Amino acid sequence: MATEKYYVPESSPWPLAASVGLFLTAVGGANFIQQATDPDTFQGSWGMPLFFVGLATLLFIIAIWWRDTIKESVGGLHSNQLGISYRQGMLWFIFSEVMFFGAFFGALFYTRWLIVPWLGGAGSNAMTHELLWPSFQSMWPLVRTPDGTTTQAMGAWGLPAINTAILLTSSITLTIAHHALLEGKRGRLIAFQGITVLLGIFFLGLQVEEYIHAYTEMGLRLDAGIYGSLFFMLTGFHGAHVTIGTLFLFVTLLRVIKGHFNEENNFAWEAGAWYWHFVDVVWLFLFVVVYWL
Amino acid sequence: MSTAAAHDDHHHHAPTGLKRWLFSTNHKDIGTLYLWFSFAMFLAGGLLAMVIRTELLEPGMQFVDPEFFNQMTTVHGLAMVFGAVMPGFVGLANWMIPLMIGAPDMALPRMNNWSFWILPFAFLILLSSVFMSAFGAGNPAAPNFGWTFYAPLSTEYGPASTDLFILSVHMMGISSIMGAINVIVTVFNLRAPGMTLMKMPLFVWTWLITAFLLIAVMPVLAGAVTMMLTDRHFGTSFFNAAGGGDPVLFQHVFWFFGHPEVYIMILPAFGIISAIIPTFARKPLFGYASMVYATASIALLSFVVWAHHMFTVGMPLAGTLFFMYMTMLISVPTGVKVFNWVATMWRGSMTFELPMKWAIAFVILFTCGGLSGLMLAITPVDFQYHDTYFVVAHFHYVLVSGAVFSMFAAAYYWLPKWSGVMPNKLLGELHFWSSLISVNLLFFPMHFVGLAGMPRRYADYALQFADYNFWISIGGFWFGLSQLLFLAVCVLCAMKKGEKAPARSWEGAEGLEWEVPSPAPFHTYDTPPVVK
Ligand code: HEM
Ligand SMILES: [Cu+2]
Repeated sequence: MATEKYYVPESSPWPLAASVGLFLTAVGGANFIQQATDPDTFQGSWGMPLFFVGLATLLFIIAIWWRDTIKESVGGLHSNQLGISYRQGMLWFIFSEVMFFGAFFGALFYTRWLIVPWLGGAGSNAMTHELLWPSFQSMWPLVRTPDGTTTQAMGAWGLPAINTAILLTSSITLTIAHHALLEGKRGRLIAFQGITVLLGIFFLGLQVEEYIHAYTEMGLRLDAGIYGSLFFMLTGFHGAHVTIGTLFLFVTLLRVIKGHFNEENNFAWEAGAWYWHFVDVVWLFLFVVVYWL
Repeated sequence: MSTAAAHDDHHHHAPTGLKRWLFSTNHKDIGTLYLWFSFAMFLAGGLLAMVIRTELLEPGMQFVDPEFFNQMTTVHGLAMVFGAVMPGFVGLANWMIPLMIGAPDMALPRMNNWSFWILPFAFLILLSSVFMSAFGAGNPAAPNFGWTFYAPLSTEYGPASTDLFILSVHMMGISSIMGAINVIVTVFNLRAPGMTLMKMPLFVWTWLITAFLLIAVMPVLAGAVTMMLTDRHFGTSFFNAAGGGDPVLFQHVFWFFGHPEVYIMILPAFGIISAIIPTFARKPLFGYASMVYATASIALLSFVVWAHHMFTVGMPLAGTLFFMYMTMLISVPTGVKVFNWVATMWRGSMTFELPMKWAIAFVILFTCGGLSGLMLAITPVDFQYHDTYFVVAHFHYVLVSGAVFSMFAAAYYWLPKWSGVMPNKLLGELHFWSSLISVNLLFFPMHFVGLAGMPRRYADYALQFADYNFWISIGGFWFGLSQLLFLAVCVLCAMKKGEKAPARSWEGAEGLEWEVPSPAPFHTYDTPPVVK
């Protein structure tokens, strides 16, 4: 370790360029949202194109940035120590994602155990209940809000249970692929990783199906009170992460086919796998506290 | 240019011109960028504070309208917290951590540069709304809901610029998280052989724990602003009781981030002071291990005290008591630190060079702030003090004469290493004494007007507070102007004007950073040093 030189890359234009992309995305995004949701106050429609230009710039820059990194890796520039840095970095990134979901799960528990009962008069809140919404009844899922919006609760044992089975299976197929990678069995690796990607897509398809059902038949919407808010924000962010995870696994699958990884040099592959398992665990948690209990 | 074409040999010469700064992968250059950025935000945020103090010089409405006043307090707080203090410490981490642990650079140098370059753009978004507001472009007015952006002020009643504000907070969060990941990975993976964890300088330890706090709570802040955004535009009810949510939920989420955040702004300061006091007392730090454990316990406890900011919202008694006792508990490890600094000085061969002056001022004034914090932690007492100038006095003692003073101490201490010349003594002495006196004139009377009931965040006040407020404003202008002296000190150093600094710039200084020449060469520790 002491004799190996650490790889310090030469200066690079990508970080600055990516910042410009992020800046355009942010300015465009804020105006896009305003102009799309409140066209009376916010005239114009330049937010949307700016947002997409920014996003395209950002993604394009990140893609070439990573292409450079991949070239370095394939060119043998990366030391083992750098591999460890990447791995540790990825794990801490996943930890930050856990905390992001934690904020929304925290909001769910606080709402469910405290706010809703309090609005219904629990604890020392009899007067709050009496003065604000005397006819409000505390319940969870909250299918009737204090201001009278009604909705229906999403059951756990239809599509969500099938989706749980899909994600659990995908975790198993990915683990088989992982073992195949470490044992150098390319055929099996490609097959099982391919199956994992397909399962991810299948999951997303069912999730879309569920959303359509919720919006068109159940009256369960983002704006149907706190239950709908929590339901869609939690499952929505999870779905976004499944999308990213699927893309991630798809890209590493292509790189497997190109022969980029071997038993030792496989950081990006393992990062994708960790990410997938993380998304899986979030789903299990979500299934229990959002759908089931 | 293509990094792929780089050979194994990375002994290429230092890049020059604009490219050197824009495309940097060098921890020293990126550190310098962070430090200048932080200073710029310090001056910009200070300018807004001057507007506040001008309006409060006399009772009645004189210069600005209340709406603009609210924008000033809001953006002042945001610029100082997210623009001056946090990036300032990241700059110090960039410069010093690799030097202190014998690493060739930060672990992920390109990501390091990205962390930095996001910031100017994020603040361009935030500050541009102030300019638009000041020059009459009314809409979008700047954020006006206080740096804590409580719902529903920031949701239902937020100005149009709130959405831009939300996205700029997202950008700052991305920057902080990437910066923190870089610090942790550097410390865990790039230490020179022999540099065991318990041999690391305390600055490295405190930053390691700070980085952990950042990764843990910045995503929660991101969650809070995301809920704001969807409440504002997509009809969610997180902070709306009519839909089954609760505005108080916002405060819980915010302060779950916010309290660890105040420790993010002070732990690195503890590390700096723990480096400087032993140097000028010429004694090893008293109780090194206890400092490490105290830092770790402060960090862990900081996750379970957040609701001391919310004693007046009507929590159940059990919750209130829990948060009160936990808050008081946190002052025990803080006390351990102050005790250790004093014990390090005890019977030391002390000299009082500029960094030491700042460090001693820090110990005394930070302790004042800690004590007023303890008063605020007593729930029934806080019912009286909450949202008065007493709170403003408390957090300015810990943040200005605490965090900011520690950064001045750090700058005077390490400027020789950064620039190769000693900071100008005369200007430095003037800067120190002028800041020390004015900072107390500025913030000490705030305790009195606060105890007497003057509420914070108002553009006007009752007549009986007039005398104190006059002197507070004088202290404010004086403190603000004094910082121009520091600008002069920094510019002189940057221009290499001054006495040449030896490698070990201070007689009693210990640590790897003093083994390399001053100024530190562009690349250091290509091969790791040996640590006994
Ligand atoms: C001995 C340790 C400390 C204790 C017991 C303590 C306690 C408190 C309490 C109870 C409050 C809430 C007051 C209120 O709003 O009514 C408060 C506010 C505050 N504290 Fe501390 N504190 C301590 C140290 C610190 C440190 C080290 C920092 C930052 C470096 C800090 C920064 C702040 C800030 C920024 C606020 C005001 C936030 C706002 O409402 O805008 N405190 N502190
Ligand atoms: Cu606090």
